[in-house]
Amino acid sequence: MREIIGCDVAIVGGGIVGGSAALFLRQMGFTVTLLERDWCGAKASGVNFGGVRRQGRPLEQLPLSQRAHAIWGRLPALLGTDAEYIRSGHLKLARSETDLQALIDYQERSAGFGLDLEIIAGDAFRRRFPALGDRAVGGSLCPEDGHANPRLVSPAFARAAAALGAVVREQTPVDRVERDDDRFTLLCGGGLEVNARFLLNTAGAWSQRIATAFGEPVPLESLHPNMAVTEPLPRFLAVNIGVEGGGVYGRQAPRGNMVVGGGRGFALDADRARPQRDAVLTLMRDAAELFPQIAKAHVIRCWTGVEGYTPDRNPIVGPSRTTPNLFHAFGFSGAGFQIGLAVGEALAELVRDGHSSAPLDAFRIDRFPPTP
Amino acid sequence: MTAPFQSSVIQPGAIQPVIVGAGPAGVRAAERLVAAGLRPLMIDEAARGGGQIYRQPPDGGFTRSKAALYGFEAAKADALHRTLDGLRDRVDHRPRTLVWNCEESALDLLCDGRTETVPFTHLILATGATDRVLPFPGWTLPGVFTLGGSQVALKFQGCTVGKRVAFLGTGPLLYLVAYQYLKAGVEVAGVFDTTPLPVQARALSGMLRDPVTLAKGLWYVGWLRAHGVPIHNGARPVRVEGDGRVSALVWRDAGQAGGREMRVDCDAVAYGLGLRSETQLADLAGCRFRFDAMDRAWLPERDAAGRSSVAGVYVAGDGGGVAGADAAELAGERAALALLEDAGLPFDAGRATALDRRLSRVAAFRRALSAAFPFPADWADSIADDTMICRCEGVAAGTLRAVAVNSQAREINRAKALTRLGMGRCQGRMCAAAATELLARALGTGPDGVGRLRAQPPIKPLPVSATPRFEAAAS
Amino acid sequence: MALLQRVAEQGRRVVRFTLDGRPAEALEGDTILTAMLTNGDQLRRSEFADSPRAGFCLMGACQDCWVRTEEGERLRACGTFIAEGLRLVSASEWAAEAASGESAS
Repeated sequence: MREIIGCDVAIVGGGIVGGSAALFLRQMGFTVTLLERDWCGAKASGVNFGGVRRQGRPLEQLPLSQRAHAIWGRLPALLGTDAEYIRSGHLKLARSETDLQALIDYQERSAGFGLDLEIIAGDAFRRRFPALGDRAVGGSLCPEDGHANPRLVSPAFARAAAALGAVVREQTPVDRVERDDDRFTLLCGGGLEVNARFLLNTAGAWSQRIATAFGEPVPLESLHPNMAVTEPLPRFLAVNIGVEGGGVYGRQAPRGNMVVGGGRGFALDADRARPQRDAVLTLMRDAAELFPQIAKAHVIRCWTGVEGYTPDRNPIVGPSRTTPNLFHAFGFSGAGFQIGLAVGEALAELVRDGHSSAPLDAFRIDRFPPTP
Repeated sequence: MTAPFQSSVIQPGAIQPVIVGAGPAGVRAAERLVAAGLRPLMIDEAARGGGQIYRQPPDGGFTRSKAALYGFEAAKADALHRTLDGLRDRVDHRPRTLVWNCEESALDLLCDGRTETVPFTHLILATGATDRVLPFPGWTLPGVFTLGGSQVALKFQGCTVGKRVAFLGTGPLLYLVAYQYLKAGVEVAGVFDTTPLPVQARALSGMLRDPVTLAKGLWYVGWLRAHGVPIHNGARPVRVEGDGRVSALVWRDAGQAGGREMRVDCDAVAYGLGLRSETQLADLAGCRFRFDAMDRAWLPERDAAGRSSVAGVYVAGDGGGVAGADAAELAGERAALALLEDAGLPFDAGRATALDRRLSRVAAFRRALSAAFPFPADWADSIADDTMICRCEGVAAGTLRAVAVNSQAREINRAKALTRLGMGRCQGRMCAAAATELLARALGTGPDGVGRLRAQPPIKPLPVSATPRFEAAAS
Repeated sequence: MALLQRVAEQGRRVVRFTLDGRPAEALEGDTILTAMLTNGDQLRRSEFADSPRAGFCLMGACQDCWVRTEEGERLRACGTFIAEGLRLVSASEWAAEAASGESAS
């Protein structure tokens, strides 16, 4: 059966970026068709750690990240749910004086962006965060950062867009994309054809296909962050925890389960990944060392997802350099959940105005040397 | 720093079979592999082999005879235990050991709080089954146990789950456990069989293919009646009442128009609706699944010999579809023969053919069983929105229906992501059947139309402190 | 009080343990589930429903019988045997948290 949909904007990929772009475009009055091969928010957007964090991002991401922060603050109004979003604070731990200095340096470099970072060290640190004991010499607190439940947030954007009139098609892979006479034609599974003036490529780790189809391949690599969750435990930790220099990260969900991450899973195929046993065991050991409160608890589930990483770990956000009215947003390199909402908004601005009020130059698609 | 991972390495060309489960299927598989000169590793969560049906009492002064423990099945239980004992020096039996993951031709084990990874060239999954249940109000109250669990209490611990016990549900265990309880000297408040009598009567003709099973079943029923136990066919559970523990079962007689509610005082309810297969490891091993209409569940695909869709991985016994202990013994041996054949080793082709012939009759037996003890397919229509479906995470029926009817979830893994159903400690073992029925009904499709809850490691809770042995080796 | 009733195998050696701080007796070869439920009528409380639980399947599938010791160890009651001197707790650790009024850091 053949079905043809004409619209202003076709969006390929129903994750948090595509979903929020669809919502903002509908608010601006554009007609939108959102195409998702799986279920909206079922891939990296929905299975990530759930950190909603500005702190620690490269400075060039902070303008977007600040805008995202404002959008997160409007979550209930946008979605009709808070999706367990809590501004608990994000505490980045320093486990050595060198690491503490790195946090102080970041505080200085990011001073103009409004993160309100607070460096806490020594006795003050131990008094303020008794749950962390003496396993860190100090830390940098971003009080308004926090965490949320990605399983709830990410699908909710596509749903909110649909409620505003966006056409959302799940289980609908895009088989081919063509462009002629200023229009994009997307041939999809199930005999669906979508004609649109604008095309947004927000397909996460699978965005390479459309980029390549329009002559701008990028060095995108799929990686699989490894995560685990414990049984519910009495609350001991409100803040979302990261560690300077990387390694383990953790947050305690409102219901008491401790969610921890670190290491990498492995790919089963291009679409699916699994936690890897050594990574799981290493994560358990490192997490128990950082959070002794979980040392006697059990891990009840491990998971991972498929996420696109760029060589410089900055995303690709902005206009295509080969094709008018094509915009890319992918390659968030494991840090797209918080910023994704502002990227969705920026994409909507690009469609409406041809430019975004947020600086996107660092995220140009043509910044990488040509791939052979 | 992470020490390099050191697992034992299998020599090229060597065959290292691993069997998961030391019940009827696992033991018969091990016996056949040992006869062929192999030394299988047999891993089981229990302290002593035998599986759930032929579960042996713990060490430490238990004195009841096998006749007392296993009744009509004592000879079979004894034979299996003897086989296991005879294999002691020729099988690496790893009791009290959980397999929590399967990844790339190796299993991850947990024993005494430590993890260990063991590679395999061939894997026989004989993981068995546990009770299938559908929730109803009060099913989490202390004093409500599964039928199988109630039997374990008696067989394994010399205890009953109450002083006056109501037996509820369907399946061969219903009358058997009621009989065992009455013999043990406690009061049986009644047998509340969810199968209407005409259905059962019709189905019994199918059971004539297996006259022994039929005769045993009728014998239990007759014995219970003769001892004054009320037996109610076509009963529907309404709720379990009690303040902190069971005090009564409220049920409805489907045979009566409108179904008057009735109450029976009891301090425990033993409940089950047949069995459900343990399939998590087959899933992690990468086996393809198919929907089985008889079990109303997704099961790993297997050929008549037990070969899964993954080369070198075999599924035997109730873990691949519920057919009972006798069939499991045959299937375990048959899978071992398939393994030998696939490994290019000599195997008894005549024996394989004989087993195939006997196993082909199992399908008819399965059909007869599911006809005589039908799944209450109308359950999803009757269950109230506030009934807790997922006992781990506390997810109610209404929450699940809501994500289905507003089109957020057209598939069970999406429902899991949105509601937390199946995300708790049991990973959906207790709620997947119910969630499948509810979702299917809410979406206007069949139980085969809502997908399959995917397994995730660890398949049972894994202590955070279970640091791997390679750490010790490195220090 | 007791949920489980002993009907056989009562000639085993007595094992002493504590349940919620009170001395209790079980028999050698008892699971923790048997030991606790012959001395009381719950194993734990559900974290989310705050309702009592006493296990369900008794064969390691339902995971509803995880109990803890005073030292904070977590044991699956149906598959772990009682041992002399175990100090088992059936009360909710969550209630203690709420009562103390302490907020998380």
